[in-house]
Amino acid sequence: MKLISLLVAVTAVPALLTAYVYLAERLISGKRQKQPTAGGGARPWLWLAPAFVLLATFLVYPIINTIILSFRDARATNFVGLANYVHVFTDSGMLVVLRNNAAWLIFFTVGTLGFGLLMAILSDKVKWEPVAKAAIFIPMAISFVAAGVIWRFMFEYRPAGEVQIGTINAALTALNPQFEPMAFLFDTRTNNVALIAVGIWMWTGFAMVILSAGLKGIPTELIEASRIDGASELQIFFRVILPLAAPTIAVVATTLMVNVLKIFDIVYVMTNGSLGTEVIANRMYKELFNYRNFGRASAIAVVLLVAVAPVMVINIKRFRESRKSHG
Amino acid sequence: MAERKRKLDLRRSLARTALNIVLVGMCAAWMVPTVGLLISSLRPKELIALSGWWEAFRTPLRFTLENYVNVLSRANMGTSFLNSLMIAIPGTLIPICVAAYAAYTFAWMEFKGKEGLYLIVVALIAVPIQLTLIPVLTLFNRLGLTGSFIAVWLAHAAYGLPFSIYLLRNFIGQLPRSMLESAFIDGASHPTVFFRLVLPTSLPAIASLGIFQFMWVWNDLLVALIYLGGTPDVAPMTVTMANMVNSYGGGWEYLTAAAFVSMALPLVVFFALQKYFVRGILAGSVKE
Repeated sequence: MKLISLLVAVTAVPALLTAYVYLAERLISGKRQKQPTAGGGARPWLWLAPAFVLLATFLVYPIINTIILSFRDARATNFVGLANYVHVFTDSGMLVVLRNNAAWLIFFTVGTLGFGLLMAILSDKVKWEPVAKAAIFIPMAISFVAAGVIWRFMFEYRPAGEVQIGTINAALTALNPQFEPMAFLFDTRTNNVALIAVGIWMWTGFAMVILSAGLKGIPTELIEASRIDGASELQIFFRVILPLAAPTIAVVATTLMVNVLKIFDIVYVMTNGSLGTEVIANRMYKELFNYRNFGRASAIAVVLLVAVAPVMVINIKRFRESRKSHG
Repeated sequence: MAERKRKLDLRRSLARTALNIVLVGMCAAWMVPTVGLLISSLRPKELIALSGWWEAFRTPLRFTLENYVNVLSRANMGTSFLNSLMIAIPGTLIPICVAAYAAYTFAWMEFKGKEGLYLIVVALIAVPIQLTLIPVLTLFNRLGLTGSFIAVWLAHAAYGLPFSIYLLRNFIGQLPRSMLESAFIDGASHPTVFFRLVLPTSLPAIASLGIFQFMWVWNDLLVALIYLGGTPDVAPMTVTMANMVNSYGGGWEYLTAAAFVSMALPLVVFFALQKYFVRGILAGSVKE
């Protein structure tokens, strides 16, 4: 049964779309003279229609609706003004959520960029570059849920004196017999750091791949010339490579920021937001499914939108610039 | 002179050794978590809980596939694997088909408001899907689609569209103008040019996008969690696994094997088509 509907979906959708375009073409050319390259007319709109129906139904309309809902009460019936937003920025639980997202934003972005840059630079200098890159990149191919399982196992904790089966506690006790094993995911001093580390582990490969492509675009003569002029490797890095790679770093940083602001899966699988690890997306999920409060859930989502808005503006600006330079 | 050269050579080789050590260290640090879990998944249940995975190589060696058999037959992972395929294949195909038309239109047709509409598409790439959950869920509830595959197909198709249109437009827009124009002069219609000329030449871009979207949908938790509502017979592997973590948090014999079943396909795709995957990531982030 499932397989049949799968087959229907994968054959019917392309077939219908193909038929649709040919049908539209017949309708248009039946009315007017055929002028394929001429501007205007209904053709562009007919071609865009499938995409726009999907975008309007599942993105544009819901975004507007969510913004409206954020000014309504839990059941979306009465207008409550800014009450939901007041809650978002004053409730003590929400303040922890906002603090955590700020921590994720800073440490995740800096950590991922740092390790990504380090790997991009170092791997470029060895012959086994593809192998090194694959090792770092693999986590990018797996789900956050699988990564969550992998790292719960790494952080696994047994009381002192018992055999530690979690790699990190085992390694630390082996290095220092005085070390008191820690429940990294439950200890409020370490749990957020532990979660962010998982995020960095997953995304470093992404940063590395893009930064590496950017670095390879820097002309080698430039680096050789500074080397001949007697610049040290560190000077070359800070004075030559870093400024030239800055645009690429900016692209990676903005992408990382957009993705970290809506981080959900890692927290959901590893702690489910307990013990002060909740982030915006998890809080929204709880408001929606546990407390059934549509107003608050919407307000939290709108905060998320406001947080990514600067990145959207940057993307549009960058796109316009590249348009101008490419004609 | 010779003395100085020898010193320089020595410093070079020392630096080289240090570099290799740092790199090997980082790669090892990145591999250990996954390797540790893989080895554990192949150990008997009692041993996983008794000693660390690194003890697995002490004789007598005791490895088993029992955990995988258990997870696939009893813990619902077999059904979930099928469900993940059910979601990911149409969830990849539909947005690419729809996006290809839109990308071609934006690249090769002129119409009023084109620039503005395209900017909206670019802006939508960054919108967190959390903003759409409540209204879309309400809509699906009203249509009775919640809990059905159609709901997740539609949702993934729409969520994947802005990026797909962007990536394909960049590629299709760079096809040589002369090639398309000569086809039009020969009397070809837009559909003919699109299906005979543009689609075949865009296959590398479509492949990159396809892999990217497939991985994204395959690894997704949130969309499935919300629109499928967690019923086991439609749940993909991510949802089933997240439930397993909650219900048997310490049942490592299940979790380790389940994690690897869910990772198998993405890893095969990754190793087989690494080039396309990386190209897709680059095309999406670097200036055109």
